[in-house]
Amino acid sequence: MPSRIKVANPNRCIGCYSCMLACSRTNADSVSLIDSAIDIRTSGGIESGLQIIVCRSCIDPPCARACPTGALTPRNGGGVVLKNELCDSCKVCADACLPRAIHFDREDMPVICIHCGTCARFCSHDVLEMIKTEVL
Amino acid sequence: MWSNVLYIDLETGEHKIRDRSDLFDKYIGGTGVATQLLLEECPPHTDPLSPEAPIIFSIGPLTPIFPCVSKAVAMFKSPQTGELGESYAGGRLAMAMRFAGYDSIVIKGRAPKPSYLSIHDEEVKCKDATSIWNVSSIEVIGKILRDVEPGKGRRSIMRIGEAGVKGVSYANVNVDTYRHFGRLGLGAVFGSKNLKAIVISGTEEVEIPDMDAYKNMYKKLYEAVVDTEVMNKYHDLGTAANINVLNQLKGLPTKNLKQSSFENAESLSGEYFADNLLLRKIACSNCPIGCIHIAMLKTPFHKGHEFEVNHISYDYELIYSLGTNLGITLAEDVLRLIDRCERYGLDVMSTGGVLAWATEAYERDLITPPDTLGIALRWGDTDNYLKIIDRIVKMPNKFYETLAKGTAAASAEYGGEDFAINLGRLEIAGYHTGPASIVGQLVGVRHSHLDNGGYSIDQKAASQQLTEEQMVDKLIYEDYGRNINNSLIACLFARGVYSEDNIVDALASVGINKTKDELATIGREIFLAKYRFKKQEGFDLGDVKVPARFFETVSQMGNIKKETIANMIQLYREKTGV
Ligand code: SF4
Ligand code: SF4
Ligand code: SF4
Ligand code: SF4
Repeated sequence: MPSRIKVANPNRCIGCYSCMLACSRTNADSVSLIDSAIDIRTSGGIESGLQIIVCRSCIDPPCARACPTGALTPRNGGGVVLKNELCDSCKVCADACLPRAIHFDREDMPVICIHCGTCARFCSHDVLEMIKTEVL
Repeated sequence: MWSNVLYIDLETGEHKIRDRSDLFDKYIGGTGVATQLLLEECPPHTDPLSPEAPIIFSIGPLTPIFPCVSKAVAMFKSPQTGELGESYAGGRLAMAMRFAGYDSIVIKGRAPKPSYLSIHDEEVKCKDATSIWNVSSIEVIGKILRDVEPGKGRRSIMRIGEAGVKGVSYANVNVDTYRHFGRLGLGAVFGSKNLKAIVISGTEEVEIPDMDAYKNMYKKLYEAVVDTEVMNKYHDLGTAANINVLNQLKGLPTKNLKQSSFENAESLSGEYFADNLLLRKIACSNCPIGCIHIAMLKTPFHKGHEFEVNHISYDYELIYSLGTNLGITLAEDVLRLIDRCERYGLDVMSTGGVLAWATEAYERDLITPPDTLGIALRWGDTDNYLKIIDRIVKMPNKFYETLAKGTAAASAEYGGEDFAINLGRLEIAGYHTGPASIVGQLVGVRHSHLDNGGYSIDQKAASQQLTEEQMVDKLIYEDYGRNINNSLIACLFARGVYSEDNIVDALASVGINKTKDELATIGREIFLAKYRFKKQEGFDLGDVKVPARFFETVSQMGNIKKETIANMIQLYREKTGV
């Protein structure tokens, strides 16, 4: 059964960014915030709480439907898979995703969650979880 | 990377970037490099509030590469002590500096008009701040800047409140609402430069030479941080847990250190705060501990269930200085006092020390109603303390102008030096644990309890029967060693994890090769460089005063003897050469 990342307890987030650093370290071999597929941010300062933005594993992903080049295709279990070589950085996918889970790195390539679960392993406050998905 | 210094001249609004690998190679980063920059940029006897006085910020080579390496250092000449100003802040600043691409920032000059700095990657601008110059609330300034500046979500915003604008010598710089460059008056230095705020953000990446080595080391340190009791202690009750502990040990300064335990400690305890007032906990960027405790204070302001709701961060030192030390009996009142200091941008520890001295001076008629403009100073009288805080910032007369300079200055003017609880002209941290705490804060480069952790050496001395010399040796070891932690810059709460071995390995995993011995030597060199600056500005360890009160009030280790302190300072000087 495939797994996917889930934001299980958003209100437990302390804003440490360990998850973001884990994602970029593991999947982009860099220390960075913009290479991370998960995005922790404040809106209105730290006093107003934290937003956790990550792919919600759509079964019929609108980002993939919007992609004009076929670079994004549905992933087994939800979410999408990116074929780098097909992407022309048009950013249409980003607009199709309401949670705004797709953003772009310094080379203007989309940063796409691969549902690997690394971020959850480095979250010490049980905000993130990997769960098994029903769909095959 | 690792060595970009951004130089900003507020006079002209111009800036340049210089590669200073000469300094970073030798002194690592953080306080090591900032100390050298201070020696370069601050000529002897510079007026700390003049345009020539520099403000220096620095991060280290491991920011934010490893967990808990989350601090930035500010170095400057302190308007309160007249010598070394050094202060640390967490929040998002260190990470924002790293991703903006600056290891250090040097700011000099005085802007012709009220200004703020806007730093986003390579874009550095000095912008007009006239319309927010007199906005007194730290929180509101943050809200306004968030709306007009880029970098939403993860930028860092430093700002000063009215205390900094007016030049209170212990005004702080607020960092991201809940953290501060608290001590020694950086806020007044900002104010003197017409500098209201600094916004900083960036999108850089850090290249790591050997990714596998780095990932392994990260995992090791991360697990050490989250799996040990380090995390529990600071995350659970936070530092406020110390209230009950120190109260029982007779180490909790109370009512201007007339007492070392407080009959009402239970109602100000970390347990009380956590059970009744704690709203949530948050973390500095890149720190999985999450030690920042935020309380919610609900204050009715009108009939019909009208409430003002404030979110206020609290810590042990704050509860001591505006709580036990003022004889306050309600935790909610401590929060009201903290909130008032936060709004103005006042260092809470110094403000509490000043109020405590003033209360006792008022009891003894050294100051009288004409001085205070009719406001009585009484232990536990929160409403009047709030009024006094307002006036310290507004400075309506000579008395309040003097209070705005700290206890050492105020007692020199009005008397009561024997109970003016300062060491090296800085109001003390909340530990009356024994001689190592006193000596530690006196000899420490910035007169902070964190220079060498004297309070914890007292605790060891109590259980292990340490001699005076052994205590001094431990102080020196910490004084040197912490300069390395503070050059990385790892949070001192995680110092158990950043052991000498782990530091060597962490540096090596990102391509910086230093042995333990080399690091020890560098730590000592940094310490001595700081003392060069201190001596240059007139600080003399042969001529420091310990107010009589420290010897009168029983400590955790019993009554402290004058001779013990004198002997330990003598030993310290012989061993360090300062
Ligand atoms: S940016 Fe790439 S993945 Fe996104 S829609 Fe355009 S081509 Fe498709
Ligand atoms: S990126 Fe957005 S639209 Fe695409 S699958 Fe994930 S949540 Fe759905
Ligand atoms: S599941 Fe993997 S790819 Fe997705 S955000 Fe977490 S670490 Fe990044
Ligand atoms: S690691 Fe967990 S607590 Fe930390 S920012 Fe990410 S989700 Fe929040």
